[in-house]
Amino acid sequence: MASLRTTSRLFAASRPMFRPVFARTYATVEPTPSEQPKMKTFKVYRWNPDQPSEKPQMQSYDLDLNKTGPMMLDALIRIKNELDPTLTFRRSCREGICGSCAMNIDGVNTLACLCRIPTDTKTESRIYPLPHTYVVKDLVPDMTHFYKQYKSIKPYLQRDTPTEDGLEFRQSPEDRKKLDGLYECILCACCSTSCPSYWWNSEEYLGPAVLLQSFRWLADSRDEKTAERKAALDNSMSVYRCHTILNCTRTCPKGLNPGRAIAEIKKMLAV
Amino acid sequence: MFSQKVAQQSLRRLAVQQPLAMRSSMMGASPVAVALGKNIQTRQVTSTPNTEDPSQILVKQRLNRPVAPHLTIYKPQIGWIGSSLHRITGVALSGTLYIWATAYLASPALGWHLESASMVAAMGALPLAAKVLLKTTLALPFTYHAMNGIRHLMWDLGRGLTNPVIIKTGWTVVGLSIASAVGLALI
Repeated sequence: MASLRTTSRLFAASRPMFRPVFARTYATVEPTPSEQPKMKTFKVYRWNPDQPSEKPQMQSYDLDLNKTGPMMLDALIRIKNELDPTLTFRRSCREGICGSCAMNIDGVNTLACLCRIPTDTKTESRIYPLPHTYVVKDLVPDMTHFYKQYKSIKPYLQRDTPTEDGLEFRQSPEDRKKLDGLYECILCACCSTSCPSYWWNSEEYLGPAVLLQSFRWLADSRDEKTAERKAALDNSMSVYRCHTILNCTRTCPKGLNPGRAIAEIKKMLAV
Repeated sequence: MFSQKVAQQSLRRLAVQQPLAMRSSMMGASPVAVALGKNIQTRQVTSTPNTEDPSQILVKQRLNRPVAPHLTIYKPQIGWIGSSLHRITGVALSGTLYIWATAYLASPALGWHLESASMVAAMGALPLAAKVLLKTTLALPFTYHAMNGIRHLMWDLGRGLTNPVIIKTGWTVVGLSIASAVGLALI
């Protein structure tokens, strides 16, 4: 330890004694003074429930991209930290696994934490809440109905018979493989709120995200309630409001394919 | 040892400062019951039953909340624009068919001349540009709807449902339908 300290002192001697220490959050990067400021305009949807009579409006914020992290979430956090603390949005993991920061960025639903800020500073970026959702405040949508629909499909293993040896319910590697591309869904609701059918029929149509989850349990070899699950979906609204517009597959920030899952459900119901 | 002392002290302090609290919590508890763990402490709690209909909570909240913008702000993409065109052309084609067929059936009664011979004569009298334009406007919805319909049949079989294929087939249908519509119009 002592030797380590002396060597580090040797190196430190070439530097100034007291370097200014900047407190950094992950939303900022250290400024590089040689570069010209790259100012970009962000237009953000604002609505305050405390003034419900005021109409929602777009508010502009200008940020220097040299001082901002690469992702849209970095920009939003920096706006909240430095420009306007009243800006409200959901965020948590900042790495695309919690699904909190789902919003409509430049016309496409995605997770702000996985969406790079377009480096073109001439065009402004427009940020809206998830389309056709009831807005709680600013970029925060009301997800109550979405979660209710998720609950309605019984998203858990339903099974009455125990295994022969009393151990866990096992499945073959092939059967397990059928769940790939389904179990990764984080329920961010990007796909459901990109679906025009879901915009017009969200009360009864389940929407891509919940249907992908439905198929995840229909495809599970360990589940024994496949017939009941199918019966619950076999009506004109739950599944068949899907008209294969495929905005869901196009927009999924996790690269999953809800459109294919719904097509598979339709095939299962038809046979 | 030390923690026991602290607990005793705080109990004593409580007894001195708030004798009522101590007495009510120990009221009716015999030392035997406490020792055997059979003593049930009760606490007066006032609560108001929720008379509000729980199914109405969301309805009430929604009354005040604005709906986030949707169709007007979503990025125009071949997927959903193509799909809406599929529906629009479908409605237009079937609407045209129904209106035309009804008019054809009713024409003898109304004295209209919609027979083939008079239609051919009417078309023949039109200038060439008008002919091509009229035929294209009739042919394009038909070719687009028919070709996109094949795409839908593929999807119903569970094929071609990946992003690159969706985009590629979408533009292919647009190109082929325009080409074939112009081709039909030039016949």
